[in-house]
Amino acid sequence: MGIKNIIGKIDWFLLLLYLALLAVGLVSIYAAAFNENHTDIYDLTQNYGKQLLFIGISLFTGFVILLIDAKFFNTFAYLFYGLSIFLLLFVLVSGTTIAGSKSWIQLGIFSFQPSELAKFTTALAVAHYLGKNDTDFSKIKTKLIASGLVLLPMSLVLLQGDAGSALVFLVFLLVFYREGMTGLILITGLVAIILFLLTIFFSKWYVIIGVSVITIAVSFIIGNLKKNILKIIGVYSLIVIFVLGVNFAFNNILKPHQRNRINVILGIEKDTKNIGYNLNQSLTAIGSGGLTGKGFLQGTMTRYKYVPEQHTDFIFCTIGEEGGFLGVTVVLLLYLAFFIRIIVLAERQRSVFSRIYGYGIVSILFFHFTVNIAMTIGLMPVIGIPLPFLSYGGSSLLIFSIMIFVFLKQDANRMNIL
Amino acid sequence: MIRKNPNYSSRQYVVIGIFSIITTILLARLFYIQIISEDYKKDNTVRHTTLYPSRGRIIDRNGKVLVYNDAIYDLMVVPRAVKKIDTVSFCNLLNIDKDTYINELKKARRYSSFKPSVFISQLTKEEYGKIAAVLYKYPGFYFQIRSIRSYNYPIAAHTVGNIGEVSRQDLENDSYYSIGDFIGKSGIESYYEKELRGKKGVRLIVVDVHNREKESFMDGRYDTLPVAGKDIILGLDADLQQYGEYLMNNKSGSIVAIEPSTGEVLAMISAPTYNPTDLVGRKRSNSYQRLLDDSLRPLINRAVNGTYPPGSTFKTINALIGLQSKAVNTTTKYICNGPDSSPIKCTHYHHSPVGLIDGLENSCNPYFWNVYQDMLNSYRFKNVKQGYQFWYDLVLQFGLGTSFKTDIASNSPGNIPDTNYFNKLYRGVWNAMTVRSLSIGQGELLVTPLQLANMAAAIGNEGFYYPPHYIKRFEDGSMNDSIYHKVTIDIDKAYFKNVKEGMRNVFEGNRGTARFYRIDSITVAGKTGTAENPHGLDHSIIMAFAPIDNPRIAIAVIVENAGFGSSWAAPIASLMIEKYIKGYVTRPEIEERVVKFEDIK
Ligand SMILES: [Zn+2]
Repeated sequence: MGIKNIIGKIDWFLLLLYLALLAVGLVSIYAAAFNENHTDIYDLTQNYGKQLLFIGISLFTGFVILLIDAKFFNTFAYLFYGLSIFLLLFVLVSGTTIAGSKSWIQLGIFSFQPSELAKFTTALAVAHYLGKNDTDFSKIKTKLIASGLVLLPMSLVLLQGDAGSALVFLVFLLVFYREGMTGLILITGLVAIILFLLTIFFSKWYVIIGVSVITIAVSFIIGNLKKNILKIIGVYSLIVIFVLGVNFAFNNILKPHQRNRINVILGIEKDTKNIGYNLNQSLTAIGSGGLTGKGFLQGTMTRYKYVPEQHTDFIFCTIGEEGGFLGVTVVLLLYLAFFIRIIVLAERQRSVFSRIYGYGIVSILFFHFTVNIAMTIGLMPVIGIPLPFLSYGGSSLLIFSIMIFVFLKQDANRMNIL
Repeated sequence: MIRKNPNYSSRQYVVIGIFSIITTILLARLFYIQIISEDYKKDNTVRHTTLYPSRGRIIDRNGKVLVYNDAIYDLMVVPRAVKKIDTVSFCNLLNIDKDTYINELKKARRYSSFKPSVFISQLTKEEYGKIAAVLYKYPGFYFQIRSIRSYNYPIAAHTVGNIGEVSRQDLENDSYYSIGDFIGKSGIESYYEKELRGKKGVRLIVVDVHNREKESFMDGRYDTLPVAGKDIILGLDADLQQYGEYLMNNKSGSIVAIEPSTGEVLAMISAPTYNPTDLVGRKRSNSYQRLLDDSLRPLINRAVNGTYPPGSTFKTINALIGLQSKAVNTTTKYICNGPDSSPIKCTHYHHSPVGLIDGLENSCNPYFWNVYQDMLNSYRFKNVKQGYQFWYDLVLQFGLGTSFKTDIASNSPGNIPDTNYFNKLYRGVWNAMTVRSLSIGQGELLVTPLQLANMAAAIGNEGFYYPPHYIKRFEDGSMNDSIYHKVTIDIDKAYFKNVKEGMRNVFEGNRGTARFYRIDSITVAGKTGTAENPHGLDHSIIMAFAPIDNPRIAIAVIVENAGFGSSWAAPIASLMIEKYIKGYVTRPEIEERVVKFEDIK
């Protein structure tokens, strides 16, 4: 397939959203790592100069991917998967330890984490397996094999001591759900997490009153009360017991210091000295941005290194401080549009492989997005995973870009599939 | 390949829904942090550096600077910024041992590793000069300049007072102060604190997380410059004060000198005193404890808080009120039987009968008892109590029995008993005889040296005075002593002239009790006294003013446990008057005797 052919068939909307996120990332890193003596964005001694180089490498790689035959990744999915499993095993034995996690491979000046590659290859492998003509997802065996494909790399990553990255693999639940797995587990888990957070943040009574109101509303919408009354009462009782249980556990069972830790992590309590120092700095940086932000390069908190890891995992602080609420809203909506576009494209695929692969990568990206921002704003414990396309870092940017370009290629090729 | 399970494609909306809800939750949280909550607004990258103003100086009436400011240097440390340094040479430089270095650094780190703490406080200019030159080698350390008080003359400790670090109470009362600030603790320093302290300035500096100063915040838009404190000019005469302290050497007691035409305090000595320099800087707390423990209680300002029976000096007042009551006049004479007199004996031998002038000259007790008795029993009053009230009201007009509401902080009111006091004490039954001690300045009467000096000023002025005060004015003219208004006493001027005549004879008369302390070319008027002291030797007292016609100085001297007023208080008053009016002293033998203070018994 020639270049002209590609240009005509590629989804420019998704590509533009991707490029927009890259631009936001570069600008934020420039602001976060700004050095008065090296204001040139091309300066390779500075992190923004390096990031620009990484962007160039990523785009070039993406271009190459667009030229490769579309079937290539489907065909060799297991090979790539096997390679990343091998690398995961390899780092377990002789990896380089960076930031307490033995998960890096040093290739000259370039260091990269096999776990990042594994996210991509697992998406390929799962898509390949479920996309085969003879695979029937309604069978238990299929589900087990698919789960196994996910659990293998996940366990290896966990063994490296990188809990954050291991959690990423859980998002394949979302893919399985799309492919027909019962939604009950997904919904129950989601509702439980939301209720848990609400109970800790607000009084249990507010939560119970809220749940009651919703229950009554749902009852009327469903109608046919006689038939459903027992189910409704049952679910309602379970929820109330859960809320009271969480509340009791939090206030009575946890020791004060454990409670404090959670309080600080959740941002309910301020502790500027110890546990929540980093988190508080991050919150203060974002909070001080206000509605419109302090302006480009005016973010004193981030510029003067108040926020730890600010150009990598805490890059969102810079956006919050310098862009304010308006800035973060634009960035979040950009992301949401990006994710929804991937879902829309995935749904129009004729190939099951392409669809499942699309869901796989959008789930991975969304998980990174949620966890990274949630930890930055104190909704989750601090888990060191990057914000896709925005955080400084070559290997993560390259892998995320490869994910997108492989999907773009599949999409451009969708009409060639019967 | 054909789509399988097309029936699940509606689940895309569930996934989109989940994505949207979570994004909305994140946005809601951000809205809370950035717009609603106030908790995260504080921008802790801006350091507020206080700029301390220089404190107002204290200057005497002739322009001599008594108290000024000197810089001291605190060596500060920011533990986090401290790098690996050559501790040996650093300790040598600071003249400390390695343990001290380690301990101080530990202490600072315990307070905060990224906020500055004092490492060594109050270094001198010389030490500062030596260290500052090489301090660049030791990152994390820097100097902070503070000003402390310095004294050109180590005098008038009680009057100027001292400054010290703010107490918890001060911090609660006035939000101007922060921990470690200095505040006036006593005397002028305390009373004029608000004027002397000036106004702190602030500089907002953006600092990075390593506490390095980067730039001024918003181009200094919110910075304010410190406003220097105002210089205060006192009525005090430094030379006279110094001379008075010299004369009171190794005695207990007090001298207060006032300018009668203004009420300005020319000198105020409380002996024993202390060196104000001792209460400055690092030695402050040690010195303070030592002074507190001293059995002679040097911290007490006897001039305003010591109360003594006025003794015979009070006879002047009784003469004035007696005349004003019309119970007696200048020609009234009474018989004195010397030591055989009753109910009060005379302590002097003199001719009899005596009138006003020789009664004062000889300090004749029987004369004043008779005046007092005839006044209280005068037919002009319904009864003794009304007569007593008449006397009481006029005594209070002299500034006795109440404190002066001036910048002389917490001066004691002394004691003048009122009719209620005696009604209670004697269950309503009392007469002139009962309160006879008051006629000669004893009994329940108590006055401070300050009140006594003011009394002298009022008599010298022939019926008025300005409440005694320290301030002359502030150098910038923002305040002067015109806030203190003239107080007029309801006694005819003529009677003052009569009493002054008697007081002149105390010095100028052949039998005057202070006749040995006349001064050439200056006519002094005064009255000596001996205050009965139940705890030991009597106190020697005098009040005087000079020159008699247009007095420039009114003075009171009390020497505790020194016996007759004529023997110690009188020569001191005489020397002080000469020193003030002439500027020098012509009688070295008297001065020598006073300073030695030997033949006391
Ligand atoms: Zn007599």
